[in-house]
Amino acid sequence: MKPEVVMNNTELNVNKKKSSKLQHWKAFYKKFKRNKLALIGGYIVLFYILLAIFAPLISPQDPYEIDLVNTLQPPTTDHWMGTDDKGRDILSRLLYGTRLSLAVGFVSVFFGAFIGILLGLTAGYYGKWIDTVIMRIVDVLLAFPGILLALAIISALGPSLINVMVAVGVFSIPMFARIVRGSTLSVRKLEYIDAIRALGATDFTIIFKHIFPNILSPVIVQATLRLATAILSAAGLSFLGLGAQPPSPEWGAMLSSGRDYLFSAPHIALFPGIAISTLVLGFNVFGDGLRDALDPRMKK
Amino acid sequence: MKQFEEKILEVKNLQTYFFTDEGTSKAVNGISFTLNKGETLGIVGESGSGKSITSLSLLRLIQSPPGKITGGSILFKGEDLLTKTEKQMRSIRGNEISMIFQEPMTSLNPVYSAGEQIAEAIRLHQKLGKKEAWNKAVDMLRLVGIPSPEKRAKQEPHELSGGMRQRVMIAMALACHPEVLIADEPTTALDVTIQAQILELIKTLQKDFGTAVILITHDLGVVYETCDRVAVMYAGKIVEYTLAKEIFTNPKHPYTIGLLNSLPRLDMDQEELTTIPGTVPSPYNMPKGCSFAPRCAHAKKICEQAVPDLQTTGPSTQVSCWMFTPQWEKEYDAQEKVGV
Amino acid sequence: MFVFIVRRILQTIPVLLGVSLVVFLIMQMVPGDPATLLAGEGATKETIEMIRHQLGLDRPILYQYFDYVIHAVQGDFGESLRSSRPVLDEILVRLPITLELALASIFITVVLGMVAGIISATKQYSAADISIMIVALLGISLPSFWLGLMLIYFFSVNLQWFPVSGWGTINHMILPAITLGAGGAAIVARMTRSSMLEVVRQDYIRTAKAKGLKEHVIIYKHGLKNALIPVITVVGLQFGALLGGTVLTESVFAINGLGRLIVDAIRTRDLPMVQGGVLIASVIFVFMNLAVDVLYRYFNKRIDLN
Ligand code: SF4
Repeated sequence: MKPEVVMNNTELNVNKKKSSKLQHWKAFYKKFKRNKLALIGGYIVLFYILLAIFAPLISPQDPYEIDLVNTLQPPTTDHWMGTDDKGRDILSRLLYGTRLSLAVGFVSVFFGAFIGILLGLTAGYYGKWIDTVIMRIVDVLLAFPGILLALAIISALGPSLINVMVAVGVFSIPMFARIVRGSTLSVRKLEYIDAIRALGATDFTIIFKHIFPNILSPVIVQATLRLATAILSAAGLSFLGLGAQPPSPEWGAMLSSGRDYLFSAPHIALFPGIAISTLVLGFNVFGDGLRDALDPRMKK
Repeated sequence: MKQFEEKILEVKNLQTYFFTDEGTSKAVNGISFTLNKGETLGIVGESGSGKSITSLSLLRLIQSPPGKITGGSILFKGEDLLTKTEKQMRSIRGNEISMIFQEPMTSLNPVYSAGEQIAEAIRLHQKLGKKEAWNKAVDMLRLVGIPSPEKRAKQEPHELSGGMRQRVMIAMALACHPEVLIADEPTTALDVTIQAQILELIKTLQKDFGTAVILITHDLGVVYETCDRVAVMYAGKIVEYTLAKEIFTNPKHPYTIGLLNSLPRLDMDQEELTTIPGTVPSPYNMPKGCSFAPRCAHAKKICEQAVPDLQTTGPSTQVSCWMFTPQWEKEYDAQEKVGV
Repeated sequence: MFVFIVRRILQTIPVLLGVSLVVFLIMQMVPGDPATLLAGEGATKETIEMIRHQLGLDRPILYQYFDYVIHAVQGDFGESLRSSRPVLDEILVRLPITLELALASIFITVVLGMVAGIISATKQYSAADISIMIVALLGISLPSFWLGLMLIYFFSVNLQWFPVSGWGTINHMILPAITLGAGGAAIVARMTRSSMLEVVRQDYIRTAKAKGLKEHVIIYKHGLKNALIPVITVVGLQFGALLGGTVLTESVFAINGLGRLIVDAIRTRDLPMVQGGVLIASVIFVFMNLAVDVLYRYFNKRIDLN
């Protein structure tokens, strides 16, 4: 008789939890939808993702096709954004470049988040000397000013887009580690974690089944905002000639080639910059909106 | 018994609403009371009863948006504060009507010394030089019983204890000899022994200055020790308004009785402390009838259908409860009949 | 306070060691053998071995690291592979330029950011607030190198108000400082605004109102001082981003500072130079953080002790 009662109780609890979770997401969605700016950010991001997916279908020209007769052309009906120094269609190159920027952004943030989350969870959950060691490492990584760490890594690995992903990813690790550690610490203190441990759950189950879902919202917010930074950093590295190499239509690299023609053909530098700014703006606004909607402290 | 004749503050049908995304909250829903010169009025209620909002409304310090005083009047010396300009209000605040708050820890600005903050209030309302204002601030600190006030005046809030900070707040509030002092839970955040000291201090200074005091509290014990009259608030309304003594000897409203029963008392033999079951209704979702009905042991059908008016049941007692109306007996009968 | 400063200084030592270790390890990842590289093509095995021995590359890696640290502490970061001059000498020539640029930019970041943030917060939801916040959003989203190019195009090429590139006069400084400081200014503006709005909700602001103070006295006397305390930390962090950003800005405006030195060194695979440059920039940043922490602690002591 007794075990059954217990079963019923847990079932009840689980149901309760599920419905409260559902409510939580509903409340989040409601809040998010009310934030017009965040919605715009979301649409911008979605728009770029669609552009990236359908780039081969919608590009008017081959992004690599050199046309030495029509170089440095300002925008015309044939070339809506003009042509570059090799006569390539800038619009087509930008469309293909969307794929590169998004790929670099997602891969590097995923990489950085993955390692950062692991470090943060371990540090926050086990505490003591493990925490100290991990957080010291994080401190060291944060002691590099801005993108200099990424720069140093590239200097060792050599310039390429893949290495940019690695470098920018490493650059993101400390942020994630810090945030995840902080949230883990606060979740670990909750009573129910003790209760689960008393029931004999392993550390692994506790961390991934009970703590991880609870720290997800700050991680998602951070990842979105981090995507903006990652895309900017990657474009910067390519601009310096340390990332994507010609003839790649990477936006930073396109900008870099445009700087030599600032006098005669400023549109070469103009359009890639607008593309980067809009996409980064999209992620920033989207991330801000997510944070406002997910952060319980902001609720009144 | 003291004689109070001169009304200094008269609040009529005051309404303060909050307009938020979740809906309209009628935090203060039509309350009336009067305050005479030199007397102490207690406003008692649980958190969320609207008592703090009432106190902030009196000085028009409600954060707007989302809050707004939507109706009623606040007559101070015969003039309605709700029709005054912001500039006129400023010359009243801290000068003729002062306020002290619940959290002495956070109510003082951390980056200025205690003396600076008192002197600021003095200079604002009195034509005094920097030096004179400072000296007066030190005098005030001495008056509120702070030892070595010259030294303390130069200290910043983080160097003072909680009780000390509340004394600084009192010094600041009384620096311009206001006619009304509003004390919003002035002792809640303090230790028990310090609570008694602060209450004693307010009482003494009140006598010396002839200040009328509105004491906001959730603690009937505090009322017993300090107040002349008391208004019990529940869900934005006054449910019982009477003499402080009366409320202990002859409480009327079921909510007041509930509050009294949950109070530890030395003069009575109590088997155990009882607490009122249930919680204060959500301000966005008020019951249609008597707001206490969901928690009231005496509730009848009529209680859920209509709001009871404030009934005068004695020379200085008003109660808002169907029990004290002629309808109550009929209702009782009706129910008996249904029961049969 | 004194104890705090001493403890904080002691704490920077392991961080600095860590930074040097990371830089050192990154350089170990370089494919290819530095000795072979240095010896040039067609060098005999003996020559390579000799160079390797000279450089200490035949010793255990940990030994090499300590050797590197001991030399670095004495100001010896090795020699540039390209110019054969000591790394430190080359850096010291470039460093003042970069510091000038950084200071000019941090000035823009702080002044522009705070003023914009204060205007925004005091006029919440006004047209001014909304436009400032939109510009700030753009500010954190624009790539600085692109902003630099556009500024050059409009102000140097078209209007010819400022020189296109170079360094030396105030006129040379304005566009690079804006380019580098804009992002930070946007972040500081957002932070100042939210910090002000947070402070306005504090109990002591209510006290100030209850005293009968005027709105602007409340905001500027009681609010601002408290609101700027958390902004200190943000400015400190921005300094790091800014120091890293000099790499791009100096490249856009052809300024011969430390940032450009590092980028050129990476291009020419002048590893000791990269190593030294990154290390020195990091050391500056670490000490800058130290200063910011002490400042923050100094202003925040009142709040901390609650
Ligand atoms: S009116 Fe009815 S419900 Fe309300 S307090 Fe009186 S008896 Fe109770």
